[in-house]
Parts: sequence; structure tokens; C-alpha cells
Amino acid sequence: MIDIQLSEHPLAEKACYDAVSDPSAGGMVVFVGTVRNQTKGKKVVRLEFESFVPMAKKEMLKIAEYVSHQWDTLHVSIHHRVGSLEVGEVPVIIAVSAPHRKAAFEACQYAIDTLKETVPIWKKEIFEDGEVWVAAHP
Amino acid sequence: MEVKLIAFGIAKDIMKGTTTGFFIDTPASILDLKNALTNKYPEFNKLQSLKFAINEDYQNDDYLLHEGDEVVIIPPVSGG
Repeated sequence: MIDIQLSEHPLAEKACYDAVSDPSAGGMVVFVGTVRNQTKGKKVVRLEFESFVPMAKKEMLKIAEYVSHQWDTLHVSIHHRVGSLEVGEVPVIIAVSAPHRKAAFEACQYAIDTLKETVPIWKKEIFEDGEVWVAAHP
Repeated sequence: MEVKLIAFGIAKDIMKGTTTGFFIDTPASILDLKNALTNKYPEFNKLQSLKFAINEDYQNDDYLLHEGDEVVIIPPVSGG
């Protein structure tokens, strides 16, 4: 089963956990991304995420389908948030269940790494004295 | 011909708007559009990468544009 969500509302770890729970699972790996309080020593006030929603959902689905074929997994859940997030809030959760833990770890790692490279979501870091689009410049 | 450009993230700041009509000589590929765009907005040259999507899919440099295409400009993504 694949579960994809892109939401303006706070994400729930429990929802992803429940989406991948399965009696035939030997384990699940849940990655929870959080908003860090600083970048290179500068205090981060908040992050603002925006997305090209239909394509972002499509790319998230592609990742989930790929990992489902590539590893022996049972279920994959990818939830991402958009809008304004404070320090400590959760922009992304990825949960993967599998009969054996190795596949779940590897699939989850691949999913978050690929999400950061392909899914059309952009975040802007808001500092006390300015703002910057993350990763825009070399 | 004219295509419709839709910008997100830093591309929106560079072009000072979310959507804009853009005229380009026919035939034109994505690569031609990229060159025309960076010519008009040199700030695009400074980005880590610059990709384009049509019909919600990334398109290669050699994709040929059609009149009225909606082209989404994808500056470096930073989700997660």
C-alpha cells in the first residue's frame, strides 16, 4: 500500500505509523524531519515551504512506487507539509514497513534522499535579519 | 509563439511574478527557452540548477515547445 499526502496542516506521526502497520512486518522505519533552529550559526526564525502541488504529489508517488519495487517492502507512507513552520515542527515524515528491517532502512533512506532531489517543494529560511531560498545557489 | 511560464521559489522572485507570457522564436526546445530566459534574467545563471516541467513531468533539454504550453520553471528544490 502506498500513502501520499501533501498538507497545509500539521503532520501526524501516528497517521504514517498506522498506514504502514502490518502483521507480516518484521519492522518499520519512520523518518521524521524537523525544523532546525540554526543554519551555519545563524538563528532560524521559521521556514516557509511552497510546492507545485500536483507535480509534487506525482513525484512523491514515483518515489514510493520505486522503493516498493526495488526493496522487499510492505507499505510506504510519505507525508509532506507546506506553509509556515516554526522550529521543532515537522515538514516531512516517511514510514516504510517490511518483513525484514534492512529493506525498511534502505528504502526509507532512499526515499528521503530522493525526495530532497526531485520533488518540487521549496523552502525559504527566515532569519532575524533576512531570508534565503535553501539550496538555490551553489 | 507564446508559452506560459509558471514560476516557483526563487524563480518567482527573479521574474517578479508567478505567471508570465513569454515569446520565443519557433521551433524552440526547452534548451532554447532556458537560453532565452537566462538572457533576459541573468540571475538564473547563478542557480545550482534550472529544470522545466510540462504536464507535471520534468522535460529534457530537447523537448520541443508548442504554442500555449504551460511551462513550470523548477529552480533547485529543497523539500524535506
